[in-house]
Amino acid sequence: MSNVTRRHAAGLVGAGLAGLTLTPSSALALDNVSAKQLVDELVGEINRIIGSGKSEQAMFRDFERVFSKYGDTSYIAAYAMGNDGRRASGAQKKAFSDAFQTYISRKYGSRFREFIGGRLEVQSVRPVKSWFEVKTTAYLRGESPFTVTFLVSNRTGRDKFFNMFIEGINLLLTERTEIGAMIDRRGGNIDAMINDLKNAG
Amino acid sequence: MTAFALVLLGYQIRCAVKNQIWVGIFVRHTSDHTRRVIFPIFAVFTFFIAGCTQPGPGQLPGDVFDPHEMVNRQNHEVNRALDKNLVRPAGVGYTKAIPDDLEDSIGNFSSNLGLPSAVVNNLLQGNVEGAFRNTIRFVVNTTLGFGGLFDAAGDFGIDEIEGDFGQTLYVWGVPEGAYVELPLLGPSTERAAAGKLVDLFSNPLSYVLPSPEKYVGTGAGVASGLGNRGRYADAIDAILYNSADSYAQARGLYLQNRRFKLGDGDAAEEINPFDLNTEGF
Repeated sequence: MSNVTRRHAAGLVGAGLAGLTLTPSSALALDNVSAKQLVDELVGEINRIIGSGKSEQAMFRDFERVFSKYGDTSYIAAYAMGNDGRRASGAQKKAFSDAFQTYISRKYGSRFREFIGGRLEVQSVRPVKSWFEVKTTAYLRGESPFTVTFLVSNRTGRDKFFNMFIEGINLLLTERTEIGAMIDRRGGNIDAMINDLKNAG
Repeated sequence: MTAFALVLLGYQIRCAVKNQIWVGIFVRHTSDHTRRVIFPIFAVFTFFIAGCTQPGPGQLPGDVFDPHEMVNRQNHEVNRALDKNLVRPAGVGYTKAIPDDLEDSIGNFSSNLGLPSAVVNNLLQGNVEGAFRNTIRFVVNTTLGFGGLFDAAGDFGIDEIEGDFGQTLYVWGVPEGAYVELPLLGPSTERAAAGKLVDLFSNPLSYVLPSPEKYVGTGAGVASGLGNRGRYADAIDAILYNSADSYAQARGLYLQNRRFKLGDGDAAEEINPFDLNTEGF
């Protein structure tokens, strides 16, 4: 267990014991340091997986594990489904959330191969409203360095990243467009889209 | 020849951007004199071009404004067919055939030749620091980097400050206009397309270099483009061939990236994770 999670696990217990007398935000304060630490760990894990030399399938599973550990998965799924989420049943939401997690790990996991030999460096952290923006620079062979930004919040009570921007491209918005197009193509059928998702990416 | 250029311009002003590539081919073959005469004319007219389609009152700044969607989608299909049958195979073949180091050098060489044009635009935007940086970069890479084959300046941390005329128009306050997908050239906005047209004239090198030499730059540009198509084949294929709506994907990616590079709005400010109902997910 990492330092961050250990500290927050302790914080959670503390907040729980203190009940309403202690505001959760003070016990679980997200600050520049912890937001940066989260991204540092995340980047470290990704670099380790890329360098592990495992088979692609094994790497996808590892990415999925990292994604569910560091990502605010329910937020990410809800955002990706967009307005269609409002008419989805509880079972559909759950099924979508699971399928989406696998889909995104496979889709972006296969992209990470292009990062082999490259690196991500954390540059700066700044608070934005109630969350943090962690700017990193990606260095790839034969490319000008470019910006990759992680958004981190403690909405769930733990520090999690809830979105990522690559050179200004909002990954979740990109996925929302994709999911929306998949639903349209299936004449608005959410179950059919969830089924398609299992083979997409 | 100038009259012909103006006729084409007239066409352009009516926002018939889809024919832009022919204008591009035409101006590549004009004489230097003609270029000097029509460059300022272009610069003035682009104002009208870029301002010609504007979103209605209900449109949010972060939204997509795409009134030409039908034509754009047709162009998108043309571009996809072109990519599938020509650009992609050529790009993949190029990347396979050319060693990585040489490929990098060709890319460096091509982007080095673009620097004087960036300097011109930096200056037009009043970005003296950017112009200075790019000038140093150009001098260092042209000398220490053996004519631009190596990115020596990058090793010193002197990276390019991008500058194109579309960006200059943004700095001057020209609105983005509608989204357009141009045949061959791909995603753009009316403002960026107008800028591209002007940039055909804004590179001082094209006035200085004698005729055969300047086509070396064009050749390197094409090669560099093919190299990128080959190197990022998987990523580009995922957008063009594996997404549910490749047109909408290309449009979203282009607009977000372009606005980010211009510093137009802060996309990260627009979302609040605490506003979304995540129940059940």
